[in-house]
Amino acid sequence: MEKILTRNWGKESSHTLEVYLRDGGYEALRKALREFEPRALIDEIKKSNLRGRGGAGFPMGQKMSFVPRGTGKPVYLCVNADESEPGTFKDRYILERDPHMMIEGALIACYAIGAQQVYVYIRGEFRQQARILDGAIREAYQGGFLGRNILGNGFDLDMYWHTGAGAYICGEETGLLESLEGKKAWPRLRPPFPAVAGLYNFPTLIHNVETLACLPHIVARGGEWFAKLGVEKNGGTKIYGLSGHVREPGLYELPMGIKLRELIYQHGGGIRGGRQLKGVIPGGASCPILRAEEIDVEMDFDALQKIGSMFGTGCPVVMDETTCMVEAAYSVAKFFAHESCGQCTPCREGAEWIRKIMHRILNAQGRPDDVDHMLDLCDNIQGKTICALGDAAAMAARGFLRKFRDEFEFHVRHGRCELS
Amino acid sequence: MLSDESKARIERLFLHYPDKRSVLIPALFIAQEQFGYISDEAVRSVAQFLELSWNEVWAVASFYSMFFKRPVGRHVITVCMNISCMICGAKKIAEHLKAKLGINFGQTTSDGKFTLLEVECLASCGTAPVLQVNLRYHENLTPEKVDSILEELEEWKNGRLED
Repeated sequence: MEKILTRNWGKESSHTLEVYLRDGGYEALRKALREFEPRALIDEIKKSNLRGRGGAGFPMGQKMSFVPRGTGKPVYLCVNADESEPGTFKDRYILERDPHMMIEGALIACYAIGAQQVYVYIRGEFRQQARILDGAIREAYQGGFLGRNILGNGFDLDMYWHTGAGAYICGEETGLLESLEGKKAWPRLRPPFPAVAGLYNFPTLIHNVETLACLPHIVARGGEWFAKLGVEKNGGTKIYGLSGHVREPGLYELPMGIKLRELIYQHGGGIRGGRQLKGVIPGGASCPILRAEEIDVEMDFDALQKIGSMFGTGCPVVMDETTCMVEAAYSVAKFFAHESCGQCTPCREGAEWIRKIMHRILNAQGRPDDVDHMLDLCDNIQGKTICALGDAAAMAARGFLRKFRDEFEFHVRHGRCELS
Repeated sequence: MLSDESKARIERLFLHYPDKRSVLIPALFIAQEQFGYISDEAVRSVAQFLELSWNEVWAVASFYSMFFKRPVGRHVITVCMNISCMICGAKKIAEHLKAKLGINFGQTTSDGKFTLLEVECLASCGTAPVLQVNLRYHENLTPEKVDSILEELEEWKNGRLED
């Protein structure tokens, strides 16, 4: 299959402007500025069926059309480079290997929505990646792709990167805005949505790195072409990230909608050591786990939702038969308890209770009603918080509890793992 | 007091935002570099320079995990213990590090060289297990690889390895 988003990754110095320009880099921007009115550009993006790659899967063109026009207010684009969902490691490599593709995508998005400024919010731990991005932004200014009167078309745009400081909640779009404004990242109540009142209370769009990297290709080759790469309502290719017990972990650019089984066994080389598959978290820790017999599902937002899980970031964590599911669930529960921002009581307290109960089960102190107790807690978190972190904590825990209930109960009854 | 150099670095960032407060997180990193951690003096100096209250600055400094609330060693080793790393042997790596350094997570060696911290996912799941030393990645870890990282750090005389 033709590589699109990762086409430059094998080249030497692929992060530089020189290499990016060699194969038509920034030509899509030129085309967008010359051949498209902003509204027509959004229509073209709508045709592509591109959906947000940060986890929520919102249709990108539709999101762009929410930004009001002609208000005279500043409009901002924020790039979400806060990649922190456990299991997910794709945006990091776009930043390392081809930051100009993301920058060009951001330029195209800004032209479409009438934004004058971009902030790339990059997680604090990405210090090396921020340096590479910083270099790329400088190159783009020098090349006339950022700054005043870009490509002689009267289009102005400034781009800055902004560092996070270690908080998963900053990947939540309104948490990100709070953090950019120099506050703790407590998500905001919606409405108003950021498209209307976002950064500094002005219209703002927040897009994931990989989502933006798709835009140059949509402009260059057309929305319909992009849509046809994927499946119904899920256009394009995707950078899937495989981790855990596969022979060949890593990133694979493949069409939206490929079978999870194909991803694991054909591309990832199957399970390490010839062992049996036990479970897969299909798209980052927030997504409910699947059992081995469920992997004939297509990797797209709709198919995974239909079977009660989520596509998320499209980065599956693969677990073989030697994995203790109570321990895996505890690891995920610990993450959400640690990363709950503390604003909403159900999430702050509930996530911590789930963590504690899983901890006591692991330490041979489980009680007979613990599993039901945790399921109750999940019901009391989900849908009762300002942002989706609480939902994620509940859905992830519930997934493990429902799919591997017998394993939890064995732990409770015998004070040890059935595998030991 | 913030040094002139720290102030100059913070001032350059003012140009990027419509208000001073947006510079708070980067300013705290700059202060942390100068003071070694977010001391009371660091909080007060940043607050004064950005015209914020002590509370406003501390609320932010205490929210984010990359701001150290007490002194740390010259090399800060952060180990990912999340799902992909955990199932690929992170516990063994962590135990090896703890035994080798004689400290637990959250502690600093008595000679002030190393601080060991447990962190959340570092976005390096395909090359698990993983750690960072002063924010530099070390991937596909084995106990032997950990040994050579520590040896290299021991030999490094000029402060932080972060370039």
